[in-house]
Amino acid sequence: MEQIEKTFETRELTISMGPQHPATHGVLRLVLTLDGETVIKCTPHVGYLHRGIEKLGENRTYFAALPLTDRLDYISSMNNNVGYVNAVEKLFGIEAPERAKFIRTMVAEMGRISSHIIWLGTHVLDIGATTPFLYAFRERERILDLFETLCGARLTVSYPRIGGVRNDISQEFLDELYEFVLEFPDRMDDYETLVTENRVWKKRTVGIGVISAEEAVNWGLTGGMLRGSGVNYDVRKHAPYDAYDRVEFDVPLGENGDCYDRYLVRIGEMKQANRIIKQCIEKLPTGPVMADSPKFTLPPKDMVLKDMEHLIHQFVLITKGPVAPEGEIYSATEVPKGELGFYFVSDGAGKPYRMRVRAPSFVHASILPKLCEGGFVADVIANIGSIDIVLGECDR
Amino acid sequence: MKPLEIADKIKERFSDEVLDVKEFREQVAIILKKNRILEICRYLHDDPGLYFDYLVDVCGVDYLGEKEKKFEVVYHLYSITHCHAIRLKAEVPESNPEIDSVTAIWAGANWHERECYDMFGIIFREHPDLRRILMPEDWEGHPLRKDYPVKGPEEEWAGFRAVLDRAKRFKEFEWNE
Repeated sequence: MEQIEKTFETRELTISMGPQHPATHGVLRLVLTLDGETVIKCTPHVGYLHRGIEKLGENRTYFAALPLTDRLDYISSMNNNVGYVNAVEKLFGIEAPERAKFIRTMVAEMGRISSHIIWLGTHVLDIGATTPFLYAFRERERILDLFETLCGARLTVSYPRIGGVRNDISQEFLDELYEFVLEFPDRMDDYETLVTENRVWKKRTVGIGVISAEEAVNWGLTGGMLRGSGVNYDVRKHAPYDAYDRVEFDVPLGENGDCYDRYLVRIGEMKQANRIIKQCIEKLPTGPVMADSPKFTLPPKDMVLKDMEHLIHQFVLITKGPVAPEGEIYSATEVPKGELGFYFVSDGAGKPYRMRVRAPSFVHASILPKLCEGGFVADVIANIGSIDIVLGECDR
Repeated sequence: MKPLEIADKIKERFSDEVLDVKEFREQVAIILKKNRILEICRYLHDDPGLYFDYLVDVCGVDYLGEKEKKFEVVYHLYSITHCHAIRLKAEVPESNPEIDSVTAIWAGANWHERECYDMFGIIFREHPDLRRILMPEDWEGHPLRKDYPVKGPEEEWAGFRAVLDRAKRFKEFEWNE
C-alpha cells in the first residue's frame, strides 16, 4: 500500500485585539503574533483616549484643573482628586484641617473599594465566572449612592478641594456608611466563596503572568501589581498623607507574583479599606473642613452672598487663580491602580507651568508584552484583567 | 539618607557634571549636564548605599524663552530599600535634542521615554523602540512644547480627513430603503 506522507505547514498569524474588545477594558489595542495558540509577540498600542490633560492643565488655574483629574481614572475619581489636591497643597504650603483629612481618607478608601469591586467583577467575568459580576455592581451601587448623598455626583465627584473638602458630611451619610461598613465583610465572604477556591478560577490564574519581585521593581510597577510579587511598597505607609498615619491597616502581600496572588492582594486591600473607613468614622474629629488661608482657598459661600469683601476675594481667586510660589513639587498618592504622582513646575503664576501626571496604568500597560509572550491567547485576557488598567488614566 | 547628602555624593563623584542643586519643600533637584546621564544613573542604581531601584517617572519640561537650554528631562528616582528620593534634571538644548536612554538600567523607562519623545521631540539614544505612543504615528509636531497651540494645528490631521472621506463614501448606500 502506498504511503502518503502529509507535511503540515504552519505559519504565524498576526491579529489585532481591540481597540473595541470587551476584555480590553476600554480602548487598548494589542497586536498579537500567534503560532497556533501561543503568543509569540505582543505589541500594545495606547493613545486612543488621549485628551491632552497635561496640556489643558497648563492653561487652567489650579482650581479649574481639578475636574480634569476626575477624568483620569474615571472609576475611582475620588482618589485622583485626593492625589491632585495633596500635590497642590504641598506646592502652596498649606495644610487641610484634621476633619477634612479624615473625610478625605474615608472617601478615598470608599473609592478604592468601588474601583477594586468593579475590577473583581469584570476580571472574573472575562475569565468566565458570570455570577460575581452583578453582585459586585450591587456593592458599587451603594458606594455611588453614598457619593451622591455626599456631593451630588456619582462618578465625577470633585469633592476634595484645595485646602479641604467641598462641604461637611451629614450624620445621615455617616450612619448609612457605617451600616455599609458592617455589612461589607459578609459580602466579601460571598465573593470569596464564589471565586477564591474555585477550581476553574485557580486553573486560569495560578502561575499565569508571573513577574518576579526584582523585575516588578525594575519595571516601575506599583500598587497591587508590585505587592502581588511580594514587595512591600505602599505610598500610604512610606510617605503617609492625609490621615493614613493615624489609622491602622496592614499591607497585603503576595508571594508568587502571578494573577492569583494579585487577586488575593486586591481582595485583602478591600478588607483593609473597610477597616480604615470604620476607624475614620469612629475617630472623626470635629472642626472646620476648609483651611483658613485666604490666599489659596475660597471664602465660605454664605459669606460671599452677604459680604462685599468676600465677594471680591472670590472673584479675584476665580479669575486670576491662586498664585503659587516659584518651585517644583512631586507628590504621590496610592490610588487603587498604584502610585499616582503629580509633578508641578510653577513659575510663580496662577497656572502651573508644567503639570505632569505619573499614571500607574500607563506603566502597567507597558509590562503586557512581558506577561503575555510565551503564553496562550486565553491567558492574555487573564493578564489584562489582572493588571487592572483604566485607559483614561493611561492615555491622559 | 537625606536628599542633600545624596546631592553631595553626586557632586563629589561627578563634580564637572553638576550645574546646580535646588531645594524646595524638602525635595532636592540636581541639575545636570546631559552627556554622562547614563553613567550617573548607573552609579545611583548600583551603589549599595544609594540603590535607587525604582524609577518613578521620566518626563520633559519645555522652558521656551525662560532658560538658555530649552528642554529639561526630569527623572524621579526612589529607593524602596532605603526610602529616599531624588530628582535629576538634565538640560537638553533645542539644536541637538538628544540624550542617552536609561532603559538599560530601568526597564520601566521605556514608555516614559517614548512619551517624552512624542510630546517634546527629545530623542533618546539607544532606546529599543522609539516611536510615538499617544499621538498617531503620522502626527506632525510635538504637543506639549510651549509653542504648540492648545487647540492644535489649524489643519485637520490627515488620518481624520481620511475617516471623513470614507464616511462620505459610505453615505452613498441607502441602508434604510
